[in-house]
Amino acid sequence: MIKRRKLVELFFVSLMKVATFIVVGSLFYIIITIFIKGLPAINLAMLIQTPKGGYYLGKEGGILNAILGSLLLGISSSLLALMISLPIVFYLNIYLKKASRFALIIRFSFDVLFGIPSIVYGAFGFTLMMFMGIQASLLAAIITVALLILPIMTRSMDEILKTVPFELKEISYALGATKLETSLKVILRQTFPGILTAFLISFGRGISDAASVLFTAGFTDLLPYSLFKPVATLPLAIFFQLATPFPEVQQRGYAAALVLTIIILIVSIGSRISLKKFTRQVLK
Amino acid sequence: MEAKSHIKVRNLNVYYGSAHILKDITIDIPEKKITAIIGPSGCGKTTLLKCFNRLIDLQDNVMLTGQVFVDDTDIFDNSTEVIQLRKKMGLLFQKPQILPMSIYDNVAYGPRIHGLKNNKKLSEIVQHYLQEVSLWEEVKDRLHDSAARLSVGQQQRLCLARGLANEPEIVLGDEPTYALDPISAEKIEKKFLELRKNYTIVLVTHILRQAKRLADYVVFLYLGNLIEQGPAEEVFSNPRDSKTQSYLSGQFITSA
Ligand SMILES: Nc1ncnc2c1ncn2[C@@H]1O[C@H](COP(=O)(O)OP(=O)(O)OP(=O)(O)O)[C@@H](O)[C@H]1O
Ligand SMILES: [Mg+2]
Repeated sequence: MIKRRKLVELFFVSLMKVATFIVVGSLFYIIITIFIKGLPAINLAMLIQTPKGGYYLGKEGGILNAILGSLLLGISSSLLALMISLPIVFYLNIYLKKASRFALIIRFSFDVLFGIPSIVYGAFGFTLMMFMGIQASLLAAIITVALLILPIMTRSMDEILKTVPFELKEISYALGATKLETSLKVILRQTFPGILTAFLISFGRGISDAASVLFTAGFTDLLPYSLFKPVATLPLAIFFQLATPFPEVQQRGYAAALVLTIIILIVSIGSRISLKKFTRQVLK
Repeated sequence: MEAKSHIKVRNLNVYYGSAHILKDITIDIPEKKITAIIGPSGCGKTTLLKCFNRLIDLQDNVMLTGQVFVDDTDIFDNSTEVIQLRKKMGLLFQKPQILPMSIYDNVAYGPRIHGLKNNKKLSEIVQHYLQEVSLWEEVKDRLHDSAARLSVGQQQRLCLARGLANEPEIVLGDEPTYALDPISAEKIEKKFLELRKNYTIVLVTHILRQAKRLADYVVFLYLGNLIEQGPAEEVFSNPRDSKTQSYLSGQFITSA
């Protein structure tokens, strides 16, 4: 009997290990593939130059336009999404009661938005663009990507705010604080590490999405210089280069993918490190 | 001992949904005395306490009838400023609930939100109330460290200091020594006895001996009913109700 229970235990632990291995393994497989294919083509010129004529046919130049464009787009859209998410999650968790029907509807809406494919956001952004009478531009891309990452950001921040102990809110109110004071001085502090993580996850998602910027950002060989002009982005630079029939250009596509991956790795690792600093005062 | 009553509860009923939690409670809590609220688990002690500073407002589908007067103003009246009401009362929980900030900022939290900006004054207040709860010597060198690193006993004294820094008139304690070791508990008890000179204290407790040591006035709740209230000597030495007798002697309460 005991032997059987031990076998069952062993079986399920092995299953868990296999599942974990699949996740970690695929991450490393992807990263290694990109490194192997991209590393030979990467060079300094690529990082500090804009494409010269015929770059996509294998001539001189670099993808600084796309690197800067993506960073600018990623940061601005995450900040825009943050300005919308924060009020929503605080409203949901501090102002509405737990059993509120309105809160239920809001959360359900975000779950639905969460599941909508990014190409649909791209198409929506495109119609919005038409409606507003602007062309494919940094601004249109920022709005579209912000909409794309809004559900991710909101839902993950919502989960984080839900973990705040009820007593912590109670004690702040008991001292005579208003809900706003409690939100800003207590809850924000307590949840800051989690909110930062949610922000960075959304940033990673926003900077790397291709479908949503396909129609809305356009593409250009120029460095970003105006909100109202098209902007180059890394996902599209990767897409265009991989789609060419020339092996050396395809390799540059992998190099661009490597750059994007490294940006995201730096952001995640940097956030891990900075989180340590912010968790000092947080209650466990 | 004809003391003025500081909190008057009149025919208070509390319902959570359809559950009738507090049933027609009428109590007079005397000023500058320690009132102990005793009774078995689930009888509504915490609920009653949360009515006093209207933390009960935060609960989902709760319904109240009746009145509570603090300093003769009806606290459920629309014109009552709930912030002012809460400022009047310091609250201690079963488990010390510190705020996620430094020791200093914990004590300064109340004064700051109520508008005090002068750093010199704030420092004086922090020092004064930390001394008041005998915590100053232990923490004066690490005021700007996170309060989360204090021991549980120290945290509870910090919570008391934080409450007092708000200059309340009333101190509410919901089993404030529950999570503490005997020595820390004794420190809190002693502090309560000192505070009685200046504050009205309402203390929810499970520990009968603690109630006997501290209380001037006793309120006994059972299943949401007020069974008995009166001066501590009377209730403890000569309980009128048979349920109180059984509870005080540690027996099961049989007659419902
Ligand atoms: N938010 C709530 N919703 C529904 N019922 C509740 C809620 N809070 C408390 N109750 C119920 O109200 C009753 C009284 O609870 P209360 O916490 O006031 O008891 P208590 O006397 O403080 O008990 P204890 O000594 O265990 O702390 C209990 O039966 C409890 O289940
Ligand atoms: Mg209780």
